[in-house]
Amino acid sequence: MTESTSGDLRLTGVTKTYDTFTAVDQLDLVIPRGSFFALLGPSGCGKTTTLRMVAGLDQPTIGQIWIGEQDITHKKAYQRNVNTVFQSYALFPHLSVLDNVAFGLRRRKVSDHKAKAMEALELVQLAHIAKKKPGQLSGGMQQRVALARAIVNRPDVLLLDEPLGALDLKLRRQMQIELKQIQSEVGLTFVHVTHDQEEAMTMADTIAVMNGGRLEQVGDPATLYEHPKSTFVANFLGQSNLLKATVTSRAGSIAELDVHGVNLRLPVERLKETTTELWLGVRPEKLRLVEAGSADGGPGAENRLTGVVTDASFTGLATNYLVHLPWGQEIMVVQQNDGTHPALRGSQVTLGWAPEHGFALNASQDAHAGAQDQADDSGAI
Amino acid sequence: MVGQLVEGPVTGQLPQRARRNYTPYLLLLPGMAWLVLFFVVPMISLFSQSLQTGNVETGYVMTWNFQTYVDALSQFWPHFVRSLVFAGTATLFALLLAYPLAYFMAQKSGRWKNILLVLVIAPFFTSFLIRTLAWQTILSDNGPVVAFARAIHFTDLLQLMHLTSNDSLMNSPFAVMAGLTYNFLPFMILPLYASLERLDHGLIEAAGDLYANPAETFWKVTWPLSLPGVVGGTLLTFIPAAGDFINARLLGNTNTVMIGQVIDSEFLRVQDYAVAAALSFVLMLMITTMVAVYVRRAGTEELV
Repeated sequence: MTESTSGDLRLTGVTKTYDTFTAVDQLDLVIPRGSFFALLGPSGCGKTTTLRMVAGLDQPTIGQIWIGEQDITHKKAYQRNVNTVFQSYALFPHLSVLDNVAFGLRRRKVSDHKAKAMEALELVQLAHIAKKKPGQLSGGMQQRVALARAIVNRPDVLLLDEPLGALDLKLRRQMQIELKQIQSEVGLTFVHVTHDQEEAMTMADTIAVMNGGRLEQVGDPATLYEHPKSTFVANFLGQSNLLKATVTSRAGSIAELDVHGVNLRLPVERLKETTTELWLGVRPEKLRLVEAGSADGGPGAENRLTGVVTDASFTGLATNYLVHLPWGQEIMVVQQNDGTHPALRGSQVTLGWAPEHGFALNASQDAHAGAQDQADDSGAI
Repeated sequence: MVGQLVEGPVTGQLPQRARRNYTPYLLLLPGMAWLVLFFVVPMISLFSQSLQTGNVETGYVMTWNFQTYVDALSQFWPHFVRSLVFAGTATLFALLLAYPLAYFMAQKSGRWKNILLVLVIAPFFTSFLIRTLAWQTILSDNGPVVAFARAIHFTDLLQLMHLTSNDSLMNSPFAVMAGLTYNFLPFMILPLYASLERLDHGLIEAAGDLYANPAETFWKVTWPLSLPGVVGGTLLTFIPAAGDFINARLLGNTNTVMIGQVIDSEFLRVQDYAVAAALSFVLMLMITTMVAVYVRRAGTEELV
């Protein structure tokens, strides 16, 4: 394809309804050319439907899909310069690995399809098994063949549908890094669909978090993690402690919040909500846990809460605590294994954190949104 | 007796282990016995019969008379050719009819799948003979099928192709091939269905994703992956059709006699057992050879 037909992938008002169920609801999305973009969400959030509509395997009920200046909404899958790495790989069992990779090139009557297919196999380090049948390969190898089969066509957009879902953890980590390297090497637009937030954050330049057919938030991994805009994002991307808070003062650059009678602080710039009632969020690893009465809460740890340790689990890299607060809430604390003596179950502790590590969310949302989805999905794999 | 029963569990261990080793052979025994009794023994007796001379009244004696084969073939080779042509044509038409049907049943029919399967098998609930007799009525001169065929000049086309000799359909090569196609159609549909049902729809999507239009998707993905069903279906149709003697007798004329009919009449009416046995043996060898070549060419063992 020529340069002029390439460009950003744009979805405008894309909706997909099945009978009474709306899988994707009014989705507007711009995926810049050459970016590694992740569509992240729990199962059933509409991410795979979105991907299938871009691939041309499903038709949107309403809305348009554009690549650059070209409207591809009504083009058939085989007419689109888009390729997919399927979750099940969908390798042709009757063709050799080489013929699988050359399949797309042959259909487009590319003259040196054999040489190009071999090049793609070299890119995924599988040139030596070109003559084998897919059935003779391991899952990881099949995954790479599927990737080579898609990349070799140099599509405007490469879609990856949970491509690492069937691999074991170690291989998945390795493939995450390899995929990222391959993407920067070939410079194609990658759209990666996954329910694994860690995978999305490791690989993608930009993540779109989807929930219930809608976009929750779009941004780079650090922004999503540090500035979640909804309780769903706060809970689905990593873990969050959400405290019911009332704003008592917004004077100056620091706002004062009342959390069950405790005065806590938050920079006003991090307080986008205008209501007085809100959720004050803080990530477990931002909390410093010290013995009650100890003066040292860490540098800048102005916000203080006291509680009782109800559970401590040592993971090597860190210790995960559950701390029971006076009003009955339990919050999570992750304390890095920096050599300090760990707190024991039942001991009185003080939790401290810097005001700029907090974030505020609209109080009308469910504090547990997204938390359950994450647990479900990780359990399913 | 009582003593033995009490002793059983103690001493029973050794014989039990020994018996377990023989279990596969014991399980094989009924099938093997059946095959020896009803296949191997008749084959040997048939072969020996074909080399004997004599007649039914005076009895037969073994004379190693291979001349019977030469005589039988020189007299009946047109019937062999006709049988293979009729069976081949019927197999081709059965494949053309069955493939779209099996594809639809396997990939698109959804909750109608089981009903369609029952409908495919339903003809087996009546006898083969009755169904073929019914075709006599269906193709009879004053029936609606013939009227329609005449109206669209299908009968003229058949005459041009020398498949009928007048403007009726019955008692013609056409009727025989139509009957063969109909009777063996389920044997074509079922293996095709089994093959296409296993076909992963994701592969068809993947082919489309890789720029294959629907026709290319069919020839590059669907067809090669359904070859085991195609091979199975064509064998199950061709083999019985080549040896069939009912369709040609009930739907054909004196110029459509197939080899099965010849063997039937040589055994039961002419009572020339040697020729009948020789013909049977040749037919079997021919079909076995053709099937072996065909299966090898189709390369089914390489298919997943």
